[in-house]
Amino acid sequence: MNSILTSKWTKVAVFLLCLAPLLVLIWRALHHDLTANPIEFITHFTGDWTMRFLIITLAVTPLRKILRLPQLIRFRRMLGLFAFFYVCLHFSTWIGLDKFFDFTEMWKDVQKHRFITVGFIGFVLMIPLAITSTAGWIRRLGGKRWQLLHRAIYFSAIAGVIHYYWLVKSDVRKPLQYAFLVGILLAWRLGAWIYGRKQPLAVRAARRDEPTTAESA
Amino acid sequence: MLTKRAPDLKYSDITPKGLYIGRRNFLLGLLVTTATVAGWKRYAYLLEGPGTGSVPTKIAGVTKWPYSTTETATSENDVTHYNNYYEFGTGKEEPAQNAKNFITNPWTVSVEGEVKKPRKFSMDEIMKLAPLEERIYRHRCVEAWSIVVPWIGFPFSTIANLVEPTAKAKFVAFESYFDRKQMPLSGSAGIELPYVEGLRLDEAMNPLALVAVGMYGETLPNQDGAPVRMVIPWKYGFKSIKSIVKIRFVEKQPPTTWNITNGHEYGFYSNVNPAVDHPRWSQAKERRLGEFLKRPTLMFNGYADQVASLYNGMDLRKNY
Repeated sequence: MNSILTSKWTKVAVFLLCLAPLLVLIWRALHHDLTANPIEFITHFTGDWTMRFLIITLAVTPLRKILRLPQLIRFRRMLGLFAFFYVCLHFSTWIGLDKFFDFTEMWKDVQKHRFITVGFIGFVLMIPLAITSTAGWIRRLGGKRWQLLHRAIYFSAIAGVIHYYWLVKSDVRKPLQYAFLVGILLAWRLGAWIYGRKQPLAVRAARRDEPTTAESA
Repeated sequence: MLTKRAPDLKYSDITPKGLYIGRRNFLLGLLVTTATVAGWKRYAYLLEGPGTGSVPTKIAGVTKWPYSTTETATSENDVTHYNNYYEFGTGKEEPAQNAKNFITNPWTVSVEGEVKKPRKFSMDEIMKLAPLEERIYRHRCVEAWSIVVPWIGFPFSTIANLVEPTAKAKFVAFESYFDRKQMPLSGSAGIELPYVEGLRLDEAMNPLALVAVGMYGETLPNQDGAPVRMVIPWKYGFKSIKSIVKIRFVEKQPPTTWNITNGHEYGFYSNVNPAVDHPRWSQAKERRLGEFLKRPTLMFNGYADQVASLYNGMDLRKNY
């Protein structure tokens, strides 16, 4: 398992897999298979994949601890950046295709309509995370501060769930599914944090020296 | 990267290998099972054959209504594959899929309440109540998309005149067909069913208020409200109730489904009005299916000349 996880080809494969939703979207566009309302379809499609990649990214730390596969960390930055990639597509669909670059109307929307406000906040919070995702930025900020900053992803995920929940008219099943997953992943972190505090000091000190501290938000 | 690890665990603390692999396999198994079940639920329909329900048939002897809009009708494929019919699923493409087995024959519409001559109409009778006209109407959904549809039908006043409303009748209440067996997905709709709608009597008597039995030259497809529905072109689409089984003339304003679900967002009147936003989105513009850029939404969906007088002296911001 470890040799698979550390192989550079796995990284290439995961990268291609993360691109698959975009390829599906392009393929459907070329085959005129984007429903009767293509712009709405593209908006929902990219929004859905943003939520999925946020959740997958948030799942990396719990999974690598539970499954004891520390090498999973190798994929986290890429997964997080793909969440950012899809949210950028989502956001630019809204700007370019839905609002057709009518910035005054967009700004009115952001202020006036709460589901857009909260979605916009979730998106804006992801920008510094994408910028500081490089090893250079981890060094510049220092592991602790970098880690603290990157906890903003929790709020992006929560904002995404609320954004979706406030969008739908009556059928809240899908936003609740996302809420459930984000809830579990955040609850696990809370649990791990409480458990960590209860452990004797020596263990906590040892944990602090763990190899991937700087990266384990 | 540091690789040393403080010796905080004894050898005996290590989880036995059997357990360790068991947990990993269990979790992976859980993931695979979930993915399979989710995938199956989503794509099972691909294996299904054609439906067993009622299908549209040609309607003969339809005359063209002279006041139809000259705008291009939306493609029939779009109008039949982009539907809000929550009894058959809340996704836009779900009704086309899930209404395939809906059987609409036999069908009766009961007309009752404050009328001198209450009666039940069979679908055959309804088809012959009045000369059928093809009327091309704009149709604007509250979700800010719109279509242009060549409906086939006759004015609602035809039915009203047959049953003779009493002086007490001030409103008309409509009720849709509802049967969990025929509509297995209705449980997730998030709205109370059967679907109910209502109009003020003078609104219902307006010559534009249409009882539709067909579109695009044929009887209605199931997902578009077969076999008989209302079309109120100056109101948001959800007012145009589908698959009607009951019409009641009443004294008091009747409850309406979306108003029950969320009264703050969906009023009784729900006239198309670009100046009054839905609380969550603007109503100033709409996307006509098949078009790229949004177009401005018109007051009363462009039917102000015919209906604006119904609302003289009313504050349309309050009576949204």
